[in-house]
Amino acid sequence: MKPFAFERARDVDHALSLAAAAPGARFLAGGTNLLDLMKLEIEQPDTLIDVGRLPLADISETAGGGLRIGALATNTVVASDPRVRSRYPVLARAILSGASVQLRNKASMGGNLMQRTRCSYFMDPAKPCNKRLPGSGCSAMGGLSQATALFGASEFCAAVSASDMSVALAVLDAEVETVRADGSVRRRPVETLQRLPGDAPQVDTDLAPDELILAVELPPPPSGGQVWRKVRARASYIGALASVAVAGDRVALGAVAARPWRARATEAALAGGAAPREAAEAELVSASGEDARKSLVRRLATDAIQESRKGGRS
Amino acid sequence: MSTVRDWAVPNPITENRSGLIGKPVDRYEGRLKVTGTAPFAFEVETPSTPLYGHIVSATIARGRISAIDVSQAASAPGVVLAWSHLDVPVQAQRGAKLNPRSQRGSNPALGSDRVEHYGQSVAFILADTPENARAAEARIRISYEASDADLDFGSFIDSAGPAPGEEDARIGDFEAGYSASEVTVDATWFSPLQNHAQMEPCATTAWWEGDKVVVHTSIQMVKGGQHALAETLGIPSDRVRLLTRYIGGGFGGKGQSYDDLTLAALAARESGRPVRVAYTRRQMFQATVHRPAVQMRVRLGADGSGRLNAMALEAVTHCARNAPFVEHAANFARNLYAAPHRLTGHRLVRLDIPHAGAMRAPGEAPGMMSLECAMDELADRLGMDPIALRIRNEPEVDPDNAKPFSVRQLVRCMQEGAQQFGWDRRNPTPGAVRDGRWYVGMGMATAIRGNFLLPAKAGLRLTGDGLATLTQGMTDIGTGTYTILAQITGETLGLPLDQVRVELGDSEMPPAPGSGGQFGAATAGSAAFETGMVMRRRLAELAAGDPRSPLYGEDPMLMDFANGNIVLGNRSESLAALASRAGPEGVYVEGSISPAADARDWSQHTYGAQFAEVGVDSVTGEVRLRRMFGVFAAGRILNAKLAKSQITGGMIWGVGAALTESNVVDPRYGSFLHQDLGGYLAPVHADIVNLDAVLLDEADDKANPMGIKGVGELGICGSGAAIANAVYNACGVRLRDYPLTPDKVLAALEAKGL
Repeated sequence: MKPFAFERARDVDHALSLAAAAPGARFLAGGTNLLDLMKLEIEQPDTLIDVGRLPLADISETAGGGLRIGALATNTVVASDPRVRSRYPVLARAILSGASVQLRNKASMGGNLMQRTRCSYFMDPAKPCNKRLPGSGCSAMGGLSQATALFGASEFCAAVSASDMSVALAVLDAEVETVRADGSVRRRPVETLQRLPGDAPQVDTDLAPDELILAVELPPPPSGGQVWRKVRARASYIGALASVAVAGDRVALGAVAARPWRARATEAALAGGAAPREAAEAELVSASGEDARKSLVRRLATDAIQESRKGGRS
Repeated sequence: MSTVRDWAVPNPITENRSGLIGKPVDRYEGRLKVTGTAPFAFEVETPSTPLYGHIVSATIARGRISAIDVSQAASAPGVVLAWSHLDVPVQAQRGAKLNPRSQRGSNPALGSDRVEHYGQSVAFILADTPENARAAEARIRISYEASDADLDFGSFIDSAGPAPGEEDARIGDFEAGYSASEVTVDATWFSPLQNHAQMEPCATTAWWEGDKVVVHTSIQMVKGGQHALAETLGIPSDRVRLLTRYIGGGFGGKGQSYDDLTLAALAARESGRPVRVAYTRRQMFQATVHRPAVQMRVRLGADGSGRLNAMALEAVTHCARNAPFVEHAANFARNLYAAPHRLTGHRLVRLDIPHAGAMRAPGEAPGMMSLECAMDELADRLGMDPIALRIRNEPEVDPDNAKPFSVRQLVRCMQEGAQQFGWDRRNPTPGAVRDGRWYVGMGMATAIRGNFLLPAKAGLRLTGDGLATLTQGMTDIGTGTYTILAQITGETLGLPLDQVRVELGDSEMPPAPGSGGQFGAATAGSAAFETGMVMRRRLAELAAGDPRSPLYGEDPMLMDFANGNIVLGNRSESLAALASRAGPEGVYVEGSISPAADARDWSQHTYGAQFAEVGVDSVTGEVRLRRMFGVFAAGRILNAKLAKSQITGGMIWGVGAALTESNVVDPRYGSFLHQDLGGYLAPVHADIVNLDAVLLDEADDKANPMGIKGVGELGICGSGAAIANAVYNACGVRLRDYPLTPDKVLAALEAKGL
């Protein structure tokens, strides 16, 4: 691990001014991903700004009938919140499937959204990786890893997002609220927080270096069933081969792109009266990659949509 | 030399009067380990402030280091020294033996400019903190001249050569027998490269006391490590004191020492300070050994009643080019089922990858995942119950050598298991049972694993405080060796457990071969028992010859030991009193065990039957274990809790082998795809919801004086096959390419139009 400066933010303004003063700094919340990457020297920040004690952990009702979840609410707290469990079960289930209880106790709402890909080649500092070392090449392409993107990949990177939670947030039309050192507050859909790789796969999100996540806001839940499914070789504590979140007539796919992937073509097909399988296929028309992975996503999405129509909340 | 007849005489262990044998005593060191107070090799107290070493690993598969510059690293913050092959201190040439009796030859680190596999050590940095040592790695400049490397096992299988010094085992005429058979199975299985993934990485703390080096290291075999280091340094082995007190898992991967041991010793000598060196989690995958991939072709020929006429298991496996090792995946098949025409053998491919080596149940672990599935296929083809098929082929004597079995309860294991598991509820038609979107199925397989007794010694001291201390150069790799040796010693001397101490893992103690091949308990335990018996004779003679003893003048042969006393009729005295009169050091004896002269006259194994119920997700191809149960027979059980823990732990290994565990060599680099526990998937708690095992009452009087056998590897045998057979029963898909991951299962389901 490279030597680094450690600063503990007293309040949000302090955190932002520290970040503005130290380009290359990273905010530290639960640390469940960032510290691991620092030990591997994949992340080498000069400064860590500990935001873990800022008062951003509340969960509150919004005037519009939604829920506002502070950036520092732990994954455990969010997944066990009765309001989340009753109104947004797809979110609770996605979080519970995301990590072991020890990690969920530490991991925060904002940190979960900021976690980096688990691509085997990104995690191996000895291998070329455009996300880790821009311009070095992508060893995942032509490599052995199965977890490559079906949507939105570029010739420079095919990594997928590791966040299960963000897939559920995307299907719920959640928004991320951020603030910058100049005081500007911005809201954007969770769906677009993470960037597609394009020619700059090293840049995961469109956040500015001095931009801090304050909260995630959920609008009132859509009517209809909510379903979460995550496919993986073992029952716990491992990234998805593919995941799907369904809420009412909306569908989002996980582990298929660098961001949670709203299946708009599927949604449109469903709105047009298509059967679930046809609707799932509508999205996959534009997918790249192996047929086997597409087949898995097709079956998974089809089944989840069917289940949601039974009013399922699984 | 003893014969097995000598062993059959009743003794304190078989009599078990105080009931310590079999008792489910908690592991002595369990609390220390889970509370973080058991010092592992990297954590032992040092005589002065230690330095920390970091090993730098090669990033090519084969070639030479054309240029290397460590000077920038050597001047990095906190760094004390940095070495490449150019400046590492002199070591003996690889394999050299100053002492021809050394168990292992020299194993130099950074010995030359040659790179023989990805992950090989190429440089070493010593610093004041582990962080500074690791951070300095970025300042090392290395250029390689890469050579062509053979990396892809699959592309060399057809050109595999014979395993060195081995010939195929043939009985009868397999080809003729097979072609004359009414019903046949001919199929090929593939078991991938697997890693041990021990919790504790290989690590060493070393310091010098004059011209003698003291090393605490994580290793399964004390003498092997001591000799390897002595030969590498070119010093007599009595100038190496090797200690290994607590070990966080070995599984065969710590059967030998690695560069952490050598470099810690060298750096401690060079710096004059204690030095700690540990491999990182990622380094462990490629710097230490792995279980090689195995391709296994099984051919079975039977008559219409299921009687096997011909049986063949031919395995092809790989090893590193300059480190021969054979995963003997076919050997177990020689002793399992009767068939007049038999063929088993191994072929070997040499690759430029990290070294293959022993991993828990080497041979059986992958091997049984072929034959035991082929038996399931044969049963299916015959319309027979898989258990009935196996019973039909139960041999009366060992089918390999016609020797009588010492004891063989395989059929009883299957029958008891079937009853307790509820095998009669299995629907033999694949795909017939559904639970929502899940296909549900049951499968079974047998387990067989050899039993071994090796020569070993032990020391035992009884002191005036009434405490018996057993000392042995044995290891406890997390199996419970400390605890069972205390039970054996306590029962032999008639002492309660709180009056018995066990000290292990020191090369200056009487030697034992260590932990491996499930020979540890039988070997170290028998030596402890024999030593206890020597102590009994010594104490009885002391009492008989001591006028101050109430037993003075009596026949030592008639004296007994119970409740901390030596007893004859209604006269007795405490062992404490007897020992305190013997002098300040008390009474010290040594004893030993050797295999019986006629041990090889019997076929001796441990056995079991494995039963699994799985669900297969009809949408995604995910396989989840629903429940698993096994019945095993492995001689007298020393500690019911620890034996079961070993057995169920082995079964869980089989779950991993069947469903999740696999590594792959990236043919572009020679590295493994998975180098962490987020990629190399061992089962976690959520995967093992309902798993249990039962051990049958048994004593094997041909095994050793206590009638015990090993349990450390039996549980993994057949476990994965039971799961694969359950997958077939669930959804009708025969997958022979392990592990049975969702992508493979789904592709097979789709191929069937499901």
